[in-house]
Amino acid sequence: MITLKINRLEVRAEEGQTILEVAKFYGIEIPTLCYNEGLSAYGGCRLCLVEIGEEPRTKLVSSCTYPVEEGLVVRTDTKRVIETRRMMIELMLSLSPNSKIIQDLASKFGVKQVRFKVRNEECILCGLCVRMCAEQMDGRAIGFQSRGYKRKISTPFDIRSDECRLCGGCIYICPACQLRCQGPQADTTVCNACLTMDPTCLDFYDELQCWMYDVGRCGTCVREKTEKSKSKEQSTKQ
Amino acid sequence: MEGMNIKKLEDIRNEISKARVDQKTCITVCGGTGCHAYGCLKVAQAFKDEIKKQKLQDSVGVRTTGCHGFCERGPIVVIQPGGIFYQRVQIKDIKEVISETIINKKILDSLLYVDPKTEEKIIYEREVPFYKKQERIIFGNNGFIDPTEIKDYIALKGYSAIAKVLRNMTPQQVIEEIKKSGLRGRGGAGFYTGLKWEITSKSQEDIKYLVCNCDEGDPGAYMDRSLLEGNPHSVIEGMLIGAYAIEAKEGFIYVRDEYPLAVKNITIAIDQARDYSLLGEKILGTDFSFDISISKGAGAFVSGEESALLACIEGKIGIPKQRPPYPAQKGLRGKPTNINNVETWANAPIIINEGAKKYSQTGTNGSKGTKIFSLVGKINNTGLVEVPMGMTLREIIFDIGGGIPGGKEFKAVQTGGPSGGCIPKKLLDLPIDFESLTEAGSMMGSGGMIVMDKNTCMVDVAKYFLNFLRDESCGKCLSCREGTQRMWEIVTDITEGKGKEGDLDFLEALAKATRDASMCGLGQTAANPVLSTIRHFRDEYEAHIRDKKCPAGVCKELIQYSIIEEKCTGCLACLKVCPQEAISGELKKVHVLDQSKCIKCGGCYEACNFDAIKIE
Repeated sequence: MITLKINRLEVRAEEGQTILEVAKFYGIEIPTLCYNEGLSAYGGCRLCLVEIGEEPRTKLVSSCTYPVEEGLVVRTDTKRVIETRRMMIELMLSLSPNSKIIQDLASKFGVKQVRFKVRNEECILCGLCVRMCAEQMDGRAIGFQSRGYKRKISTPFDIRSDECRLCGGCIYICPACQLRCQGPQADTTVCNACLTMDPTCLDFYDELQCWMYDVGRCGTCVREKTEKSKSKEQSTKQ
Repeated sequence: MEGMNIKKLEDIRNEISKARVDQKTCITVCGGTGCHAYGCLKVAQAFKDEIKKQKLQDSVGVRTTGCHGFCERGPIVVIQPGGIFYQRVQIKDIKEVISETIINKKILDSLLYVDPKTEEKIIYEREVPFYKKQERIIFGNNGFIDPTEIKDYIALKGYSAIAKVLRNMTPQQVIEEIKKSGLRGRGGAGFYTGLKWEITSKSQEDIKYLVCNCDEGDPGAYMDRSLLEGNPHSVIEGMLIGAYAIEAKEGFIYVRDEYPLAVKNITIAIDQARDYSLLGEKILGTDFSFDISISKGAGAFVSGEESALLACIEGKIGIPKQRPPYPAQKGLRGKPTNINNVETWANAPIIINEGAKKYSQTGTNGSKGTKIFSLVGKINNTGLVEVPMGMTLREIIFDIGGGIPGGKEFKAVQTGGPSGGCIPKKLLDLPIDFESLTEAGSMMGSGGMIVMDKNTCMVDVAKYFLNFLRDESCGKCLSCREGTQRMWEIVTDITEGKGKEGDLDFLEALAKATRDASMCGLGQTAANPVLSTIRHFRDEYEAHIRDKKCPAGVCKELIQYSIIEEKCTGCLACLKVCPQEAISGELKKVHVLDQSKCIKCGGCYEACNFDAIKIE
């Protein structure tokens, strides 16, 4: 048994567990994106950052990959953590503004603007699909290609892979493909609607329409948001 | 070799040394990478041919050695004994060198190095200002050794350190000695080598590995490759000492395939060491066994990070892994692995031979010994210099490096490669060691030093390094992959005159997030070029953003070339070089530059002999 401190709480953990696993067990919330219990930890999205160590020598590490150590001091919600996390969300949003998962994260962490040029590439290279294919579907049909800003996920040589059985596992787990947020407009990028409880649908229905992410039928946020912002603009002008 | 043991090694050494004493004059031709480019191999061959022609083979030898360091002046020829230093030697000079210097013992004035400060001709290598202030304990032997000849190394006390270790030291004593010396890793981070060895040695596993990191990829740095090219046996001996200390049986040298000479020389060296029973089973007749294999890298900057490097050796993609577990606990193939840089390994035999006490007398409190720097950029004496830790930047750049070409004003020096930072003029008197550089917002890195003069734009420098990093990032961490890419985009905008107020604060915030959130050393230091240039040259960024001006006259979108009418003599020089035909005019009449056609190549500025072209 290992004893460590998370947010001043003394907790006990098994050798080989990660900080994230222990925090989850104790009900301490750490946001994740590229993490999935059924897959190996990857540590690519940098959302699950926590601050470890004691002042003045502290550092941020990804809790999903960092193994617990005896006497480790972990803080999950310091200013440094949250500010860095916000920047990560902003970076993700600039890549994939139509992902509802990322938009919700933005709302939750108070990311209100995207200062980067929006690229709309959708893929944030979280690698969930690659691990899903290899580890759960035993497929290994897709993988990472190249490095740096040219990195992408594809099949070998960009041609249809014989390994692919069209199981759709990759699409199922993708935070950008599934659960589309239809709110953001080109000029705003950040939707900030559902999770801040300012959803456009409430103007038309007496219940939130996106609660099971059942998007597509309602669509008021798409149709009405521009109207709403226009009328807001007008009222501020007046 | 049959029946090789420690005593026999000493016999061989005495035999070689004796033969060397009777030996004759030796012409050493520098065979380093720099001199290679100048055509040193042809020069060496021409010497051999000429000596044969003159029938001097019995009294004069020719040796192609490792890098002498003074790359600016290649091909370098030093005549031993004595050390007569000839620079920029061409094939046409060779006949004269043989007939005058070798036969008639006369110095050839035309090939001597001229000190630009005193305009004095200097005859001997040791008196050249470039070498005078250096302390070449690691690099010094390069000039005497043919790297493809183990006997040359043995003659210069080579493999005596491992013999000493095998004869009368325990592994624990070796580690203690290295710890006492205060040696710190020369690869960048500066971790204490002795401590690293101790951690690996304490592991209870049966199998342990040793790795030599020669994945030197910083732009402008080439000391590790030169060491492997010029004195490969010193690295092998260092690894042998390390293997004995941590009780490893297998070692790897990870070297870039882009360094063909280094790969060739280390391969030959390993084969020769095996022949002399210095590698393999029962080394020098003792129970100690160790062997080295070479692992060739395909040239990725990130593969120099130790966990990525281990993945490469295992045949996987070079992507860093979460540490802990550290390689010393769980490294190559899951076994404890000790990784050190080329230069660190080359330090080990010196510490053993001279003793930790003597070794630690050189250097500063926290950083002991010497460090090799590669001095490049806007500097007169481009080359590799080895200086004691604690020497000031001013001494390195102005005394050894000979200052800046054309007497231009010094602006900054970039140390530590892409992970390092820029150090401005006001910190020129900074004594160089691990701590002081980190404090200045830079780092030691592997030891690259890029000197910049007043015509260098610091925003452009930051852009250059960001462009390098966004390409070399492995791309796993969002913070590093997107962080470097976005920082590059913002800085590019600034250099193109599209910067806005608030960009700098945002850039700093993004840089800090990149540093904090990334997993490996590459991402954690990727922000340094930006942060250090903003810290020391904020006004230059502001000039780009607010005034839309590039003070150094580098960023094409922000500058304009024009002709100063009073100074123009109408010589047609600029008109002839302009590729766009943007300059019009007649002989002896003031020329006119058409801005709409100008592509800002700077050709006219270079061509004008009357300073009549101005950049604004």
